[in-house]
Amino acid sequence: MNVEVTPLPGLGTRQDFVSRGGRRIGVITYRDGRMEMIVSKQDDTDSCVASIPLTVEEGATLAALLGAPQLVTQLEDQHKDFAGITTRQLPLAPASPYDGRTLGDTALRTRTAVSVVAVVRNGTVHPSPRPDFRLVAGDLLITVGTAEGLSKAVEVLETG
Amino acid sequence: MHDTAISLIELGAVFFGLGLLGRLAWRIGISPIPLYLIGGLAFGAGGLIPLHGIEEFATLAAEIGVILLLLLLGLEYSASELVTGMRRSWVAGLVDVVLNALPGAAVALLLGWGPVGAIVMAGVTYISSSGIIAKVLGDLGRLGNRETPVVLSILVFEDLAMAVYLPILTALLAGATLVGGLTAVGISLIVITVVLIVALKFGRYVSMMVDSPEPEVFLLRVLGAALLVAGIASQLQVSAAVGAFLLGIAISGSTAENATKLLEPLRDLFAAMFFVVFGLNTNPTTIPPVLGYAVALAFVTTLTKVATGWFAARQQGIGRMGRARAGAALVARGEFSIVIAGLAVTANAVDEQLAALATAYVLLMAVLGPVAARVVEPVARGMQRKLRPRTA
Repeated sequence: MNVEVTPLPGLGTRQDFVSRGGRRIGVITYRDGRMEMIVSKQDDTDSCVASIPLTVEEGATLAALLGAPQLVTQLEDQHKDFAGITTRQLPLAPASPYDGRTLGDTALRTRTAVSVVAVVRNGTVHPSPRPDFRLVAGDLLITVGTAEGLSKAVEVLETG
Repeated sequence: MHDTAISLIELGAVFFGLGLLGRLAWRIGISPIPLYLIGGLAFGAGGLIPLHGIEEFATLAAEIGVILLLLLLGLEYSASELVTGMRRSWVAGLVDVVLNALPGAAVALLLGWGPVGAIVMAGVTYISSSGIIAKVLGDLGRLGNRETPVVLSILVFEDLAMAVYLPILTALLAGATLVGGLTAVGISLIVITVVLIVALKFGRYVSMMVDSPEPEVFLLRVLGAALLVAGIASQLQVSAAVGAFLLGIAISGSTAENATKLLEPLRDLFAAMFFVVFGLNTNPTTIPPVLGYAVALAFVTTLTKVATGWFAARQQGIGRMGRARAGAALVARGEFSIVIAGLAVTANAVDEQLAALATAYVLLMAVLGPVAARVVEPVARGMQRKLRPRTA
């Protein structure tokens, strides 16, 4: 990946790269530490369709959200030697009956034989959550199990 | 005591009025500078409301305003940014000088203001307003655009050009001969080189002299140092503004950033006063005779700045729309044009009408600049659409 670093005299620096679709995506870092995410227009890549100010926390969250599939890929890589084991990320929908309840309450392990290896919340990864880990809508559950077990787990998380 | 009370009321009214004007300006999306100038025109000689008792304070405040404007201009870019900026954009920078200084000089010669008047007007039409441009680019969300570094490096080059231009101007205004003028050119080139080297190699030490973790101590030191350097420079027949500007370049790194943050409100206050005083000293009745020239200059120098930006952006391989945006962004003239005209007027070395022409010109350009930056995209798209059937 070719990230271009351009100094903006008097302001800070711009770092961006061109995506496969031909769009420029990047970050402006101001001298005082403020950050802005920029996305170029489709027809005129010299200009930006949006530049969005992000706090440090927001930036980290976005980075982790974008990085979560990579975590799944890594886990898949580790498990690829064992046939029949799949890794998936399951979101906890706002309507889920387990919003605000503990991981133990879902009884995923006993009901579907699926293991929750990590929970991603607000960009932070909580590895190996214990049964008393309280789930919140919007959490991403990184799960490992058989294909059958995983589709059952989706159902459990949706309907209880 | 009674006099103090009246002065306070007058001063308060002036500041409050400027505050209202500034609010109005940002509301309608233009720089407040033209409104401050109009405010000054309305108050002063020949204007609507004459002010008495605060002239002395206003004059000193205006002088501090110039010093702060130039100090913060110097602080804006670090010495390394100036050097790399010059390396990268000197061709475009020279095009900028030639295209935009010539119209001003030509009009001054046409009006019979002599070579000194020509040099002054060349500066007035050449220098873009980095304050207005930075604000407009930020407001329009164009800081992430690919043409924006091109615009900024032209501003960096203009910044350096000022460092050479201002000492020459000061020498010429003081009545130096051609030889004296050339000596001034040599001296100013040497001084700016020395200051850049000092800032690059020993900037830490200059910064250390003024730096302090206490904001209060820091503010007093920076402001004190700026006024001292400016005063001494003025005593040595180099303009006060140049001294402050060079000090700004010499202060670097985080000290420069912190100083900028601390001094910005002070600069805004005193600079507003400077614009008002400039307006005060310009007789409104002298404007109509030169208005035609101001409009012509505004028209020509809008086109020349657009051409400059277009050329600079094309050199960096930026598309047509980006080139048009870069050109339009550079159109605004403002604070530094008035600073240059102000230096000339205070030195009493130029025709009285020069102040009127500079005022009218900046009034037009400070309004036109942000408008041009805003409308360039729809206009360029419209022109493209018109041109396409013919080229196809």
